[in-house]
Formats: sequence, structure tokens, C-alpha cells
Amino acid sequence: MISKDLFRRPNLPLETLGREGDKAAVPEVSCPGCKRRLPVDELAANLYICPRCRQYHKMSARARIAMVLDEGSFEELDEALVSRDPLRFPDYRHKLEEAGKASGEREAVVTGLGRVEGMRCGFFVMEPGFMMGSMGAAVGEKITRLFERALRERLPVLGYTLSGGARVQEGILSLMQMAKVSGAVRAHSDAGLFYLAVLCDPTTGGVAASFAMQADIILAEPGALIGFAGPRVIEQTTRQTLPEGFQRAEFQLAHGFVGRLSPRESQRALVGLLLRMHTGGAA
Amino acid sequence: MGAYEQVQAARLPQRPDALQYIRAMVSDFVELYGDRRFADDAALVAGLGYLNDTCVTVLALEKGEDNLDRLRRNFGSAQPEGYRKALWHLRQAEKFRRPVLCLIDTAGAACGIGAEERGQGQAIAEMLHEMMGLRVPVLSLIIGEGGSGGALALAVANRVWMLDGAVYSVLSPEGAASIIWKDAGKVRQASEALKLTAHDMLALGVVEGLIPEEDGFDATAAAVKRKFELALARYAGMSGEGILRERYRRFRKLGEGSP
Repeated sequence: MISKDLFRRPNLPLETLGREGDKAAVPEVSCPGCKRRLPVDELAANLYICPRCRQYHKMSARARIAMVLDEGSFEELDEALVSRDPLRFPDYRHKLEEAGKASGEREAVVTGLGRVEGMRCGFFVMEPGFMMGSMGAAVGEKITRLFERALRERLPVLGYTLSGGARVQEGILSLMQMAKVSGAVRAHSDAGLFYLAVLCDPTTGGVAASFAMQADIILAEPGALIGFAGPRVIEQTTRQTLPEGFQRAEFQLAHGFVGRLSPRESQRALVGLLLRMHTGGAA
Repeated sequence: MGAYEQVQAARLPQRPDALQYIRAMVSDFVELYGDRRFADDAALVAGLGYLNDTCVTVLALEKGEDNLDRLRRNFGSAQPEGYRKALWHLRQAEKFRRPVLCLIDTAGAACGIGAEERGQGQAIAEMLHEMMGLRVPVLSLIIGEGGSGGALALAVANRVWMLDGAVYSVLSPEGAASIIWKDAGKVRQASEALKLTAHDMLALGVVEGLIPEEDGFDATAAAVKRKFELALARYAGMSGEGILRERYRRFRKLGEGSP
């Protein structure tokens, strides 16, 4: 199961897709780090890290499940919960359909229960192929239900954040999800339960300003963009040139907002260790 | 009036600012400065005062009273230290069992290199987390612009009201126009699509009520004060747990999705 999911064609963002189209028999991507083309299989076999320049490529929700959770342990929750276009926002339904096709997911987050090295936890992972993980009402609801379920079952939560922020097409109801999820995180926390977040590229806007930054321990993947306002918005607003590495995980580590960087090769072991340290298990 | 005209009207500098409402409603107001970590941020006003006989904590996003004051207050866009000042006062309110009144008027949280270096996202996230755990009542009023996470940080309340000329939005119509339509000129269309007027908020169930402004500032301030008084009387008979649970449920039902 691991190998099947890991080798599935990843949901790569547009900028990493080959510009000349994918006509070759072996699908290739262009690495945003070293600009060279590399076969998708090779990338997938290397945890979506470029073997040449170590650039981290985005991982689909399913590839992460395969990377982090014990094989066959994942039990998905609320998979049928989808957005309803509450504002009848122009072109939104079409965008949702496209996102569904591009990602193979019904929403921008996958939630469920699973095990890491035998330890049971609530698990959520955001999907880059679905509108870059943007948070509308369904995303907020799924994550809220996950924390509520974890609270009832007294389980820790392991969450992978990856999101451009609130979903504009759901207007104010997207903004409200920040508060709603925060309430569930708080209730889970007040019950003495552990929440571990792994911040992936990108974690910005309303997700950075809510549950991504509310975890007991915050890990970040190397190079991940993490911040409230996006870099382009800051540049346009302030007319300043942003320093090299601005808002990257290493910058957030240096400024004290991330507890530790977590390279993918050792991530599963680190996540497992931290879960064990909070669930009373022996070393 | 179209949605974009309402946005423009909500931004007019001649609209009464938060401090005017504070002066009209709260007696013996003592403003307290600083976040005890880095700096004072004049965009976020914090202090204590009396609403009639009840001592309250007041938090307000203040755009400023004249041009110089507006510059000093960054037009009501708070830095992380503004939210951390508010955080300190929330904890004090919880300690001394004081209700919290919030007045909101901001285009959004401050955006810039410094704000990011000092963790704007973390500061807002901590505000949301803190407010969701408070056992004292929080009452919020949006008096002009309710811009994005920077406004929400003061609106995780048991009751949220809006002046009927105010707007509340996930991001500015200018931002939406450039993100969705890749065309800053589509701001009118974006304003309509976002459903950001006070009446939209009421229809979506995001606010409990609107307060009309047509009879001028004094009447509006008196109506706002009356709303606060009635709510405080109600919460006086409620347990801390009940107050917390009510706030949780208030947000819990927003955007349940399907099925």
C-alpha cells in the first residue's frame, strides 16, 4: 500500500509541471530549485525531495498518509463533506469541480484516525492540489469534527498544514472557520491532549493565523513558506524588497515561531517520538 | 447603495472612530499602554472603565482622529504587539472576572516585514485561542471596517453586532479582485460577490444584530450602550462555563457544510 500511494502521480502545483507538456512516456517535472527536469517516479521514491538540489516538492495528502501513518491504519472521516458555495460566488462551483479533478480529493483537507508507530491519533493533512489547501466551511468543519472526535476519544492530533489561507469564494464564512477550529483546538488542549502540527509549504493567511500556530509543538518542513501576509502582498503594500529567505521555515525558526525543522527522511521517527512523549509511552 | 459604495462609506475618515464611542459609553476610562514584550501599538487601544456600574475591559482598533493621529495609529492596522497587548488584557479580564467590550475598525492586521518578523500570524492565532477559552463574556461591535483576521482577533465574542454602515470581510475587495479576477479594477464586482455588508452578515448569521446610524452619533452610541447593558445583565446570571460554551456554539454552527 505504501509503495502504491508513494508512486502514484503526485498532485503537483502548476509551476512544477513541465512547460512543454507531459508528452514523454515517463512523466517528468521541472524542479523549481535547480530547474532541471526529473522523472516523477524518481521524485516520489525520494519523498518528493529533488535528488539533485534537495528542493522539497509538494506532496499530496495521500502521499503524506503513506509516508507518516502505519500501513493500513488510516480510517478516513467525513470524506463526503464538501463545500456548498454558500455565497453563490461567481465561477466557484466550476473551480471546485476542477480542483476535484486535479487532486482526486473532494475537499482541501483529508481527516481521519490512524497510527504512527503503533500510537493512535487524530490526523489531518491538507491537499495542495485542491485550491492550494484553501480553507472554506467544509475544511473548517472537517478539522473541527476531527478535534472533537479526538477529544471524545482522548487522542492526540497530528496535523499537516498546507494552505494559502481562507477561501475567498466563501467570504466571511471562511473567516469564521478560523474561530471555529480555534474553539475545537482550545477545547482539545484544555482536556490535556496533545496537538502536533507540521507546517508545510505554504502555510499562510488564515491557517497560519489560527490552527497552524496553536499547536503544542510546531514543526516545519525545510524551506516551507510560513507567514500571515503573502510575500507578494507585502512587497506591493510596502514597496520594499524582501530579504532572501524571508518567511521561510528557517526564518521562522530564527525568529522563534517554529520549534524545530523536520526533514522528511526523519519526520516519521520524530513525529512518533513526540507522540510517545505525550501519551505516556516508555522510550 | 451598492456594496462597493458601502465599503467606501465605511472607510470615510469622518465616521466616528472607536475612541469616540468609548468616550460616549464608558466612564472613568483608563487607557493602558504596551504589550510587556516589545512595544506599545497605538492601533490597538486597551483599557479599563465603567459601563454604568460594571467595570469592563475595553479593546478597540482605532484608526485615529486626524491625519497625524491616523499615521501614528497606522490607520487602525495593528502590529503583533497590538494583539499581544490585547492578549495581556484578556488574561487580566479573566483573572478579575471583567466582561470584555471590543470595538472594531480596521482594514486588517498590519502587513509588513516587521509584522512578519514578530509573528503576526502567531499573535492572531493566540488571540483566537485565548478568546475561545474565556469564562467572562466578550461583546464585540464592528463600527466601520471589519477587515479579515485582524478584525476577527477582536470578534471571537459571545455577541457580535455591527453598525448598519459597517462592513465585514475575509479580505478587502481590492485583494479579492486581484486574487480571483487578477484585475484590481474588478473591485466593484468583488465587493458584491464577497457579501460583506452589515445586512449580508445578518442574513448569513455571522452577527446577532445591526444598529442603525441614521439618527446621528449620540443616538447610535446610546443604542450601542443599551445593547451592551442588556447583554451584560444577561451574562451576570450565567456561569463561566455557560458563557464559554455559548461562545463555542456560536461559532460551531457557522458553515457546517454538507452532509
